[in-house]
Formats: sequence, structure tokens, C-alpha cells
Amino acid sequence: MKLPFKINNKQKHLELLPNETLLQALRNNHFTEVKCGCNEGECGACTVLLDGKPVNSCQVLAMSVQEKEITTVKGIGTLYTPHLLQKSFAEAGADQCGFCSPGMVLASYSLLKENPQPTREEILVALDGNLCRCTGYVKIIDAVEMTAQKLHSNKLVME
Amino acid sequence: MFKYVNQPIEKIDGLALVTGEEKYTDDFSFNNMLYVSVLHSGYAYAKIVDIDDSGARKMHGVVEILSYKNVKQILYTTAGQGYPEPSPYDTLLFGKTMRFVGDNVCAVAAESKEIADEALKKINVTYKELKPILNLAKSEGSPIIIHKDDGAFPKIPVFYDAKKNIASKVEANVGDFDLAFNKSLRKFEYDFYCSYASHCAIEPHASVSYLDGRGRLVIISTTQVPFHVRRIVSHVAEIPVSKIRVIKPRLGGGFGGKQEVLLEPIVAMMTWRTKRPAKLVYSRREVFKSTRCRHEYKTKFSVGYEADGKINALHLDALENSGGYGSHSLTVLANAGSKTLPLLNKIDNLRFTGMGVYTNLPCGGAYRGYGATESYLGYGQVIDMVCNDCNLDIVEYYKKWAIKSGETSPIFQALGEGKEGVAMTIGSTSLVECLDEGAKLSNWYEKKKLYGSNSGFNKGKRLKRGIGMAALMQGSAIPEIDMASAYIKMNDDGSFNLNVGATDLGTGSDTVLAQIASEVLDTLVESFIVYSSDTDFTPFDTGAYASSTTYLSGQAVKKCAEEIKKQILKVGAEMLSLSPDEVELNDSRVTAKKQTKEEVSFAEICQYSLYQKNQFQIQAAASHFSQKSPPPFAAHFIEIEVDTFTGIIKVLNYVAAVDCGTPINPVTAEGQAEGAIVNGLAYALFENYYFSPHGKMLNDTFGKYGVYTAFDIPPIKVKLIKSYEETGPFGAKSISEININGALPGIANAFYNATGKRLFNGPFTPEYVLKVLSE
Repeated sequence: MKLPFKINNKQKHLELLPNETLLQALRNNHFTEVKCGCNEGECGACTVLLDGKPVNSCQVLAMSVQEKEITTVKGIGTLYTPHLLQKSFAEAGADQCGFCSPGMVLASYSLLKENPQPTREEILVALDGNLCRCTGYVKIIDAVEMTAQKLHSNKLVME
Repeated sequence: MFKYVNQPIEKIDGLALVTGEEKYTDDFSFNNMLYVSVLHSGYAYAKIVDIDDSGARKMHGVVEILSYKNVKQILYTTAGQGYPEPSPYDTLLFGKTMRFVGDNVCAVAAESKEIADEALKKINVTYKELKPILNLAKSEGSPIIIHKDDGAFPKIPVFYDAKKNIASKVEANVGDFDLAFNKSLRKFEYDFYCSYASHCAIEPHASVSYLDGRGRLVIISTTQVPFHVRRIVSHVAEIPVSKIRVIKPRLGGGFGGKQEVLLEPIVAMMTWRTKRPAKLVYSRREVFKSTRCRHEYKTKFSVGYEADGKINALHLDALENSGGYGSHSLTVLANAGSKTLPLLNKIDNLRFTGMGVYTNLPCGGAYRGYGATESYLGYGQVIDMVCNDCNLDIVEYYKKWAIKSGETSPIFQALGEGKEGVAMTIGSTSLVECLDEGAKLSNWYEKKKLYGSNSGFNKGKRLKRGIGMAALMQGSAIPEIDMASAYIKMNDDGSFNLNVGATDLGTGSDTVLAQIASEVLDTLVESFIVYSSDTDFTPFDTGAYASSTTYLSGQAVKKCAEEIKKQILKVGAEMLSLSPDEVELNDSRVTAKKQTKEEVSFAEICQYSLYQKNQFQIQAAASHFSQKSPPPFAAHFIEIEVDTFTGIIKVLNYVAAVDCGTPINPVTAEGQAEGAIVNGLAYALFENYYFSPHGKMLNDTFGKYGVYTAFDIPPIKVKLIKSYEETGPFGAKSISEININGALPGIANAFYNATGKRLFNGPFTPEYVLKVLSE
């Protein structure tokens, strides 16, 4: 069946089965920027924002979130219009294989939106649900701190 | 000195990765595609008496089922290595004998994943359960034989004795160990143990295949070794190499786990038989149980030395658990010696003995560190023991005794990969500087003294602090075996296609290779359109393993770019009516050496060569293989706090000073080191496979297995200390593997500094630490 969803600020119709998770529904409808690393809610690769809050989309029934705003990593910035945070990720070298990056970027985005000047401890807590095996997290934390720094020094509001 | 090399240039795929634009294997889907599910053995050791798949075949939507009944029994190795592979041919894609929990029983292709999964439940398999071997120490010569009468054989002439469960055996002798050991005034012997581990690349293994318009098989796969995949699929599925194209899209990490050819032959066979696209994506549990892991190891070190610390004799005996199949068994074993023993090259009497045995546990394979990690646990500690006993500082000890530039070790020649090794003299090393810098950054001398038993700092305290260190080496590519090649052509606007067989699995090698080409051609990194890797369109490369890409593929790219440079200079000179030796490259232009005003741009040069006069395509290809495997070096310093009530070891500070020659890209190089360090820490402190009494892995999820999150990491400082390796591109050596080796010995030595006790068995879990403290 085809049902309407609000994805990345647009009304989208997803072809889905009633028992599908949000991850399945999104990937089956070409939102392949949402990655599947474990399908058990443990790695965070499938992170999307629901009304601005990060969730593991593999643990959410698609039909339960029709009323919510769904944001994938492309919803905050694209290759053509990258978000400051995404630019920082690339600049800091927070991207190795990139498989965790969409989830990592969204978890960081959600943090900075609520708390544009987080402490290191707050960053670690915010990223605790997202696994990365390549970077050792060092440059991911750098990227979040770099973004906070840019927001602060340019007196920007996190969009 | 350099313009594009040794610069922190952003990864060329960086923005595409962080905006979710790049495509990974599972992101490719095709019309009319079949979904494949694999049934894995629940028994550690069993014979299949019969498979009744009639119920599954009757299901609506089931299209094909593969099992021993309809798949030709062709022996091969899943190890994606050069040909002939040094791993034994002991594996069948679908055989009748199940040798570990997770072995392949059969596979179903259906119209949907749900139908395929449902069909697996309707397949009735009758097993005859056999008594398994679940302990590596009990395998050799056991009456239980794991590869009995199945024809398993070594592809190369090496020792192999399946009847005794021996998958591999290596021995190397330098001098006379026994004599020197017996004569030594001081001596000891200690046993060490290293656990299983999973790579945990966040992207699970996946393959998708289809037939192109001319009936050729195209396989898109999560592989570090596309060319080996093509060759091995051809062998197993009996499809000519000419009919197979293997594409590596973006890869979600590998760490050696994707150097194994596991899923590709299954989808290939499904597509070849049904003429339809087929996709197989492993679940995380399947990745843990059914793919490959780090070999479990027991090592024994026997060391004889003098009161001044001079080691006369050292014997490393390694026992490796190969698991059900011998993938990488021999080569990981050889590397357990060859990547450690040359570090202290002034030991005159060395012996290395190693044996890999079959068991009915999961199969080992390639894993970052590749045997060296397992050996450094003991090696790094026995050096610390010698130093403590002789009242020497270990940093000063390494500075005095470690291999230097211009020196060699007989081990280089004695230990190769399935054949004799290659003699090598060390060219570049900044290990002494690494030791000094690491000691400085970690406050080594002060802290070691403060935490040591004489100071009383830790006395009576629940939380005890310690600092430890280890010096390390690895290699860069497999000498006289690995080969890489590159192809470059020039385009109208002065841009270049750079096609490489080298496999960027997330390391950033596409960027690093473009930087090398940029440096040669004095043009922007953005001028290179890098394509990797595709067996139809990129030249051969053995693949991303053995810390080879920057060193080996980088040199192929450099040679190729140098050939392009000659052609550009020739055309540029012709356009300027000068001779080629009167012109030079200058910022994407050819300029006259004398009168700098005379110049032609790269775009003009290419347009001239394509359209105007003496037309030809500016293009070149080059290959490279190396006679050396220059070691990168590192010194790791780790400060810890041991909670003597809970047994929890907290790492307070980690300093790694690393010599990778010239870091082509310091940011991606640091990233390699940081990632390896964190993986090494998790392996040292808790990563392990826990088995049921029947050999079933119990902790087969990320949550139960435990992968470090951002919250778990200590402060990590990586300092790259340059050297210049003459045989590498612009002085580069490798960096990807070495830094996983430091955590085990470094933490263990810090633990000794804190408590006066030794940790012999990895991982250093709270339970184990408490046991050691209570002894």
C-alpha cells in the first residue's frame, strides 16, 4: 500500500507493508542514505530524526510515525548544499568508510540544535548510540567541536 | 618540500559520504531481483545425511535452492589471496560436512527476503552429529579428524597434514637457540593467550549480481579484493573469467573481514542459473558467526638473557586456531613471527615455531594486525620483563637494541608467505625519535617512577595507576608477491581519469592516490577523477590488504603519472616550439624554463593532442611490485588505572608516536592510527567470542559482543614522526595495521607497573584481572 509521510520537509508517498520498519520502508523507497548495520537497534547506522529526535529507524514501525517529521541526513544538507556540520565532518576527517556517517551526523545535529555549545562529555553522551569502527571517534568528536566553534565565532544559529 | 603530498587534503568522497550520497553494495537493487538467504549449520561438526527441500520448493515465490545436491563439489579456499593461494583448498561452497556452527548448509533464492527466510524453515535437513573439537590445544593428532577423506590439499608445496588436523606449520631458526638458551644466565618461559575477535565493520557483508546486456555476470560486492573475487568465483561457479565483472562500490569498512570470498559465489550461481539479479545481505549475526574472525592464539615465549639485558636466545612458539577451514592459516602464522621478531634484530639465536590447527569453531581469516597483534601481547611483555629484571628502562632498551637503518634481520629472509621470505635492509626508520617523543608526550620517566613499587604511590590504594609502553613494527605489502597497477588518461579540460585496481574500503586511498598523482603532475587533486575498483575498467591490483595500498598502489600511480608527465612535456614543448628538456610543469601548465612567460595550459595541451596536430591520447598505465616490505614503526605509551575492587582497567591516556614514512595525507593517516588504537583497546579489554558447550557463538550481536562507543574512548594522542622511505611513493610507508598491536602489551606492562602482576591472557576482563590480582 502507499501511504503519505513527511520526509525532509516534503510530503512523500511510501510503498510499504503494514509490518515494515521505518528503516525498511525508507530504504525500499530509495532513501538509501539510511544505512542498515545490525537491524537490532544497536549500531545507530539507521538513525533518522523523528520530530528532531534521533531514533534507530530499524526499531520503529513505519506506520506509527506517519504524523511525525522524518529527517534523513539529506534533510539537513545535500552534496550540493551541505550543512555546516557536514562540511566540518569532511574537513575534520570524521569520515572514513562513511557507513556510520549519516547516523553520526544526525545524532550530532540533534545535539547541536538543542545545545550549540556542548561540553566534550555532552558530545560523548549524544554519540553513545552510534557505532563507528574506522575512526576511533577522535575526529568525529573533533568535527562536532569544530562545528560548535564555527557557530560560536560566526554568531550563527544552528539551522 | 611537497605541494599536494603530505597535505591534509579533504577526502575526495568526503562530502558525498557525509551527505549520504555515496552508494554501497546494498544500495543497488535491480528489477526482477531475487533475494537470497543462507541456511547455516547449528552443529559444530556434523554430516548431512539428507536435505529434503521439497516443501520449500513448493512455496510460492521460491525460485532456486542450492545445496550439495545440485552444486558441484569443488574444493577452494575462501581466502582472497594471490594465486596460487597459500591457504589450503579445504572448503566447499555447499558440502555435506558441517565443520562449525555457521557453516553453509544451503541457500534459497526467492521473490522476497521474507519468502526466502520462510523457505529456510521448510527445508528438512537430517544431520549425523559428530563429536567436535572445541579446544585448540586438543586438536593436533586427535582421533577426531576434521578434514577426513574430503580431498583437502595445499595449493602450494607447504607442510599440510589434515589427518593430524594440522592446517599449517612454519619453522624458522637463526643461530642455535637451544645452546644459547641453556647457556644464558637468566631465562624464563611464559605462555600467552589471545582470543577470537570480529572485525565489526559497520556495513555487513553483501553481494548483488546480475547479467548485463551481453549475458556477462556482474557482481557488486563488499570486497577488499575484487580481482581475487573474479578468479575465485570463476573457479567455484565454473564461469569463465571473461564472463565475470566485479565492481567494488563504496565499502563500509573491512579490516580484513572482506578479504574473504564468501557471498559472491552464491549470488553468482543464483544469477547464472536463473538469469535474474540476486542479492544476498548477511545479518549482523551471520557476520559474527559465519564469516571470518581473528584467529585464537596461544603463544609461548622462551627467553635467555644476560644481567645487562642482552638477549641471547628467544623462541616464539605459536599455536593458532584455524577453525573449521584453513583460510589465512599459514600466512597469519608466518606473520606472527615475521612482523615481530625482526624488531630486536640483535638477538643472535632465534627460533620461531608455529602450527595452525583445525577445530570445529569459527574460522579465522585476515584481521588488521594479521598475527602480529597476537604475538605482540607476549613479545611486548617479555621485553618488559627482561628490562625489569635487569633494572633497565624499556624505552632506552628499545633505543639501543631495535633495528636501525642499514641493518637487517635474518627473519626477513627466513619467514615468507608460503615460501621463503625476502632479505631486506631497513631503509627508513624514525623509531628512536618515536620513542623519545612518545616518552615526552606521556611523561614516561616521571610517571613510571611515580607509579612504580618503590614510590609507594599505589600502596594501599584501591585505584592503582600504571604506565606501560610497547615498540612495534609491521610491514608494507607482501614483497615479491603483491602487485598493483594504475591507468591515467588526460581529458580536454586538463583533468585526468585515474583508474586504479586499489580498493578504497574507507581508508581514503582514492584521495591519497590522487595526491600522489597531483604531486607528480603539479596539478590540483580535484583534477583527478578517481575510479576504484572494477575488474572491467581498472587494471589489476591484488587488493587492499597487508598494509599495501599507499606503498604499493601509490608507487604504481607515481610511475604512471611520471609517464603522463613525459607526454605532457613533449606536447607542451612542441606547442612552444621548444625541446622537452627546455620546459617544465608548473601549476597545471607547461612553461619554458628560461622565459617564464611562454606557457601552455594543461587544457590547451590536451586539446592540441586530441584535435589539432600529431593527435594521440595522452595516457599511460604502470604496474609496481616491491622487493621490500619496509616496516612502519611505532611507540605506544599507555597510562591506566586499575580498580582493584572491580577489576576494571580504565585507560587514562594513550600516546602513539608513529613512523609511516611520509604521511601522504596526515589527517587520513592519523585517522588510520586512531581507529586501529581504539579497536586494539577494545580487543585488549573485552572483545571475545563466547561459546556454548556445543561450539555456538553466544554473543553474536553488537550489544552482547561490545564495540567501543565514543563514550568509552580515552584521550588519544597520535603523533606522526616522519622518515623517508626511498622505495615508497614520496617516502611513504604503511600505517593501517601497525597501531592495533600496541594496546595488549602496553596495557599489560602498565598493569605490571601498577600492581607488580602480569596479564597473560587477553582480553583483560574484570573477571580475569580480579583472578590475577588474587593470585
